[in-house]
Amino acid sequence: MVQDKSIGERLWAIAIWALVIFFIVNVIATIAAVAVDSFGTRWFNSWLPVAFTTHWYKSAWDEFQLRDVLIVTFEVVGAVVLLSGLLGVPAAYALARRNFPGKPLIIVLFLLPMMIPPITFGIPLATVLYQAHLGGNMSGVILANLVPTVPFVVLVMIPFIEQIDPRIEAAARVFGAGTGRLFMHVLVPLLTPGILAALLLVLVRTIAMFELTFFTAGPDSQTLVVTLYYAVGSAGVRSNQSIDAMAVIYMITTLVWLLLALKFVDPTQIVTRVKREAAH
Amino acid sequence: MTDRAIGAAAPERPPLRIRLALRDLDGVTLLAVPAVLFVLALFVYPFLYGLILSFEPKAGGWLANYRKFFSEPFLYDTVWTTFRLAVPATLINVFLSIPVAMRVRRLQRRRVLTTILVVPITLGTVLIAEGLLTYLGPQGWFNRTLALFGIGQVRLVHNYMGVMLSLIMSGFPFTFLLTLSYVTGIDPSLEQAASTLGAPPRARFWHIIMPLLAQGLAINLCLSFVQTFSVFPSAVLLGAPAGETRVISIAAYQAAYEQYDYSMASAVAMIMGFAQLFVILLILAGRNLLYRGAVGGGKG
Amino acid sequence: MAIAARDFRELRLDGMSRSFGTVNALKSVTLNVKRGEFIALLGPSGCGKSTALNCLAGLLTLSGGSIWLDSTRIDRRKPEERGFGMVFQNYALFPHMSVRKNIGFGLAMQGVSRSDIDRKVTEALSIVRLGDQGDKLPGQLSGGQQQRVAIARAIVIEPPLVLMDEPLSNLDAKLRLEMRAEIRRIHDLIGSATIYVTHDQEEALSLADRIVVMRDGTVRQVGTPQELYASPAHADVAEFMGYRNLVKSSAARSGNAVNVTIGGAAFAGTPIGNAVNGQAIVAIRPDDLKAEAGGPLAVTVESAQYHGRNFYCSGRTGDGTELYFMADTLVAKGDNIRLAADPARVLVYPGAAS
Repeated sequence: MVQDKSIGERLWAIAIWALVIFFIVNVIATIAAVAVDSFGTRWFNSWLPVAFTTHWYKSAWDEFQLRDVLIVTFEVVGAVVLLSGLLGVPAAYALARRNFPGKPLIIVLFLLPMMIPPITFGIPLATVLYQAHLGGNMSGVILANLVPTVPFVVLVMIPFIEQIDPRIEAAARVFGAGTGRLFMHVLVPLLTPGILAALLLVLVRTIAMFELTFFTAGPDSQTLVVTLYYAVGSAGVRSNQSIDAMAVIYMITTLVWLLLALKFVDPTQIVTRVKREAAH
Repeated sequence: MTDRAIGAAAPERPPLRIRLALRDLDGVTLLAVPAVLFVLALFVYPFLYGLILSFEPKAGGWLANYRKFFSEPFLYDTVWTTFRLAVPATLINVFLSIPVAMRVRRLQRRRVLTTILVVPITLGTVLIAEGLLTYLGPQGWFNRTLALFGIGQVRLVHNYMGVMLSLIMSGFPFTFLLTLSYVTGIDPSLEQAASTLGAPPRARFWHIIMPLLAQGLAINLCLSFVQTFSVFPSAVLLGAPAGETRVISIAAYQAAYEQYDYSMASAVAMIMGFAQLFVILLILAGRNLLYRGAVGGGKG
Repeated sequence: MAIAARDFRELRLDGMSRSFGTVNALKSVTLNVKRGEFIALLGPSGCGKSTALNCLAGLLTLSGGSIWLDSTRIDRRKPEERGFGMVFQNYALFPHMSVRKNIGFGLAMQGVSRSDIDRKVTEALSIVRLGDQGDKLPGQLSGGQQQRVAIARAIVIEPPLVLMDEPLSNLDAKLRLEMRAEIRRIHDLIGSATIYVTHDQEEALSLADRIVVMRDGTVRQVGTPQELYASPAHADVAEFMGYRNLVKSSAARSGNAVNVTIGGAAFAGTPIGNAVNGQAIVAIRPDDLKAEAGGPLAVTVESAQYHGRNFYCSGRTGDGTELYFMADTLVAKGDNIRLAADPARVLVYPGAAS
């Protein structure tokens, strides 16, 4: 299209880009502030810390028992990823391939836990889990985290499975593949990229999932993000630099997986899976 | 139907398995059962349980929790406090995202920008809160930069502004990416058609883009509002959790984990849920007045 | 007051060029179009015909050359300032507006009064024969009806020039024939110039007053359908116009005619272009190469398809050249028959096949 070059148009465009740049600069500065602080010896009343050190990482590691916390985090995350894949992928396959009565209702059922914020359903959920003696330990944390991730896997996988031509499966059956071999030789290879992408996103979301873990975790089932929350909340007791050192460790554990996930999905998709389904 | 069944010696009724399969209920459909049961058990059941529990207060009649909530300013004020944060944050995020998305859609290399923006979403509110505490603090880079321009220190943490800024920083990327996907979903030939028919950019925006975007904006407003309305960690860490940012989720949390009154906590959670539902219905009612349907220009 | 195209004498494209990065999608196109003319831009996909149309509409800026409407230069104008009507391949109807609102959109943008818009929209609806569909949404119409709305929307603003971008490609075969006639009827009725992009030579032949054949961003030939059909100026144009038999041969000029050999047999042909001597390409339509008892060329039939009145066949000569030809009588695979062609219909182009 012929670009409009009137003065007003140009000013408007400049204003919008200035806004975007301002926003991004602030995001980067916010993250950088954490990183710089974690390496600073003393930082007060100046642009940068007086000197740099790595000893806060050592003290954070001991102070917050990060070894245990990280182990718990990865146990929780691993279980959530595995279980949400096992529950979600078959369900997505059924919903993508069959058009049974009541299917729209099932879709809504899966949509709700993703759209309703965890704070709203987290407290009743935690209450039920505590009643069932599942609160305050790892299994409770895992179950609570599965509530949004199972529907997430289902909704991400449905369009992915739909775009695989069912005639491929039909062809496999015609050539004599039973259900088992159909799965192993045809579906799994075709679905692997989609499953991988969905599970990586589940992984990232679970590392960062604060509310549900916060409501259901006991002292020895806290994940990294909850430990971080408690540390930030107790600022003044703990030194700020070691909190920030933990924050950097948290960022690294999250962003590594995000970068990996972005190899498989477009960033907009992280958001728009919800939209796609919600629009119907 | 019955006449037919009696009249003609009815052809043999196919077995149940076949009849179910004709309605697409077969072995494959059963694959959905575990996930459905899971959601029913851990989402629907707790919700209903919470709803019933909220009517079984520790003391007083069945409505005692709700009566208490709406009679104590300490409690009912939280609703107003939450709205005061959630409504402006939602409007800012959603309405700023439109002009930005309109610009960005013409960009060749959108992916760099979208990748940067997905980072704050991924890091989550707790980390953003910790970062902003340092960055916006009295000695932080933000205030130092302001000082360069001769502006005195501005207080941006442990108050309303701090929470608002964190809601924008973690909320805007989400609304923007959603709006961007809606904007890029509009068939560009519609705008081209409008321009050949004599519509300048402003008219194209108001007559073509906005009506087609209305549906997506409604969904975006709903999702964004629901998220900001349930603000929790940043209201505690960056705000004044005993004062001007004592939002409703803090009230629910305190009832459950400080007073161990799960019945009251459930009541607060239900009130939070209904407040969200109320606003969503309001937005959707507004949307129904507008066009809803395809945003393509022709068949297929 | 009937809908009629705004008056002008001539639209002139003067060296119109457009490049995308290092790719020259359009190389110096020059063309004059008169009021009332129906021009088809014909070529295979990627030949630059759609780029040319978008440049005319103002949806693409030119990287060289100019466009003139009589004495006004218009290539720097934005699309909304040109006042041309355009029909898009996917129709680009506004899905949220009724049919009447869609058609009236251009008039509303011009600030025409409500009652005038109403009157003109009603007239446009009757021109495209959609009188009673005005209050529906585009999504409720069939493909053919949507097409009519798109045309009505383009002509109601009384444009001097109507641009059509493969408007029939989304319709089924029967509807395509029907709409082809409609498009020509409406064109004649309002008297605008129409520039019509298509890759279908049959469509171009049946609709246009003049056809512009394009390839690789350049104009290869401009002419009436008769000229293009009977004497394509280049071998590649001939191929595109349905000359399926393209055979390399050596050529020997003799007066006005030229002698060539096909499959070892001598044929007399008509030279096209200058100095056909030596290396040449011979082009013959299948329907001009007929089975004839005393013909000069012997072939073995490889396949024969019955097409109602005659057989469309393919066969191979002794030296392995594959040829397409026609037979009036029953032939079958493996038959050895002889072929002949009228020298006027054997076109000989200079040069080796590209």
